[in-house]
Amino acid sequence: MLTQERLTHLKQLEAESIHILREVVAVFENPVMMYSVGKDSSVMLHLAMKAFAPAKPPLKFLHVDTLWKFHEMIAFRDRRARELGLDLVVHTNPKGIAMDISPFTHGSRVHTEVMKTEALKQALDAGGYDAIIGGARRDEEKSRAKERIFSFRDQHHRWDPKNQRPELWSLYNTSINKGESVRVFPLSNWTELDIWQYIYLESIEIPSLYFAKEREVVAYEGTKILVDDDRVPEALRKTATKEMVRFRTLGCYPLTGAIASTASTLPEIIQEMLLSTSSEREGRLIDKESEGAMERKKIEGYF
Amino acid sequence: MSNQKEAITTDIEAYLKAHEQKDMLRFLTCGSVDDGKSTLIGRLLYDSQMVLDDQLASVKRESQKYGTTGEAIDLALLVDGLQSEREQGITIDVAYRFFATEHRKYIIADTPGHEQYTRNMVTGASTADVAIILIDARKGILTQTRRHSYIVNLLGIEHVIVAINKMDLVDFSQEVFEQIKASYGLLAQELGIPHTYTIPLSALTGDNVVERTPHLGWYKGEPLLSLLDGLKVERSPHAESFRLPVQYVNRPNLDFRGFCGTVASGEVKVGDTITVLPSGKSTHIKEILNAGEVSQVASKKMAVTVTTTDEVDISRGDMLVHTNTLPRVSNMLKVMLVWMDEVAMEVGRTYDIKCASSLIAGVVEHINYRIDINTYEREQTEQLQLNDIASARLRLTRPIAVDAYRQNRQTGSFILIDRLTNNTVGAGMIVDVAKRESDRTITPPRTYSASEVALNAYIRSHFPEWGCKAI
Repeated sequence: MLTQERLTHLKQLEAESIHILREVVAVFENPVMMYSVGKDSSVMLHLAMKAFAPAKPPLKFLHVDTLWKFHEMIAFRDRRARELGLDLVVHTNPKGIAMDISPFTHGSRVHTEVMKTEALKQALDAGGYDAIIGGARRDEEKSRAKERIFSFRDQHHRWDPKNQRPELWSLYNTSINKGESVRVFPLSNWTELDIWQYIYLESIEIPSLYFAKEREVVAYEGTKILVDDDRVPEALRKTATKEMVRFRTLGCYPLTGAIASTASTLPEIIQEMLLSTSSEREGRLIDKESEGAMERKKIEGYF
Repeated sequence: MSNQKEAITTDIEAYLKAHEQKDMLRFLTCGSVDDGKSTLIGRLLYDSQMVLDDQLASVKRESQKYGTTGEAIDLALLVDGLQSEREQGITIDVAYRFFATEHRKYIIADTPGHEQYTRNMVTGASTADVAIILIDARKGILTQTRRHSYIVNLLGIEHVIVAINKMDLVDFSQEVFEQIKASYGLLAQELGIPHTYTIPLSALTGDNVVERTPHLGWYKGEPLLSLLDGLKVERSPHAESFRLPVQYVNRPNLDFRGFCGTVASGEVKVGDTITVLPSGKSTHIKEILNAGEVSQVASKKMAVTVTTTDEVDISRGDMLVHTNTLPRVSNMLKVMLVWMDEVAMEVGRTYDIKCASSLIAGVVEHINYRIDINTYEREQTEQLQLNDIASARLRLTRPIAVDAYRQNRQTGSFILIDRLTNNTVGAGMIVDVAKRESDRTITPPRTYSASEVALNAYIRSHFPEWGCKAI
């Protein structure tokens, strides 16, 4: 059979994302892809490799390092960048380093504000990027469902939910003035299940933190976190226990809750996800603050 | 859904194999604030078990704060996103939702129904294969039903499901249903919508959404979800003309020069003779990469890279087509426009026109008529306001290869961008293309009668400001 009569949903999503990535590279002068080392970033990187084959993706990759990411994430990031020859830019907020910001002492809100939101703005200003590709999906959170695929930001990186450009067909409006930018979300129409299934089908490499293993964890702020290094306060470390856990999302280890799990293969992870009854962001401490928290963060410039 | 759960538990690998084969359907829901549209979507998500415990808990919390359903969970709150609009109790923008059944993955474009937001509905409709038009069984066909149907048809959606909702409030009356069905049949005929499906349901109680229920025992058709699962909307690529708008030229080194783009329609094989438009030069397909992998064929919706046997000048904005099925190349287009900006459209002003991968300056030379989408009557006008829909003549600064929108939604559509604000100010659909750029100026020579010559002379001497040509 020469012709495929219909494309499966994953092939359609793949094609749509590749189209979006090519549009960015074709039109913008200085595009960058946010690389956060998680599963969604791994899928985006894989799609970028496909979109520009046999060439390397002609764009920069940016990682905002809060210095509190899981150690494995950093090792994974550096190895992938080396293997694929990526143009990787890593940025940490120098003010945060000077203040010695810690989620344990300063709390998640201050840590996120300084090491993520502010650091991201610094990195974007320094890079002068006109298109910033992110891995956000519309199924993640209600306010994201209305986000455009090409989302306009003013000179201060702000998003105006009441003044979004209409987005029709696959005709993306890429016109901006100097100093302005667009955030581009090639995975907008993917769901968490699509991401996992695609990783499985395409054998995409992801950090082993997603797979269940016996790990040293402590109870913290209503969830369990990994004892990833000795910056975990000693009083807490004393309570550490070994448990079979894995992580549904990857971020700063003190802010990322582990879930009890025995899922150690991709099909098992997918099975667990499909049968579980809590959503992906449940493990992220940042979202629980209040309803509409994400909407406010986005207006201020957070992804 | 429960048998899906069993399949997931007992044999996940088999489940994944089956899930991998699912295709995708995009649909649009149209209805006004009180038609129960958000409730219907909430119901689809809830009944297909796409709602998780923590989301449900949050909706329960919010139901007490903003809900409109008393004690019961307000399913609409699963859907209504931004804080500001939750407080107003209305949806104000296009939102996209996802769910899957055993057969398909679905993307729902949820758009508001009140008058000032035509532009949102047009946006949602532009990517949809199917539209669900909600009608309140107590009210029947309203002006807004006519409006929604017009837009859905204008945007080329060929499959329209008419969901007659709130059947619980009319005692599940077959008579009410049949009456509305008959009136809608007339409307569909007037517009020329190819396929309509009328279905009674109650989003609030769940009757006939996912499963048939005794309340609607007289209804012999399928419930909404089975209907969606079974709809065939794709045209075969064999039956279509091949169109590949060139999006990006991939030139990593001297040995490789690939032309990237998403196939808009049809298919192409290695060795095929193709023509590059608008230049008109011909060459052959040498290699095809589909999503980075070598392939013998590229067909509709695939994101491909092709190389050619000859070194032909090809750049972004060009279109690759089969030499035997050429589209028209022209700079004069008859179009339907939807105006989407607060600032009115001016005849004669230059806008940027993005059509497939081309960005070309263009001018709306003339508005043929504006259409009243409530009465379908044509009106004369000199400018277009927000949400106006009109037939117009568009002149581009250079010719491009395009198709009529009815033939090809990808190569027959465009957006208008304001050159100062950079906003997307309008959307357009190509109705007809002048045969050649020069068509308008070349009129076949003919012999004029004496009275015609006299009339011409009279006009030229008495009304020089008309700029009348001598014959």
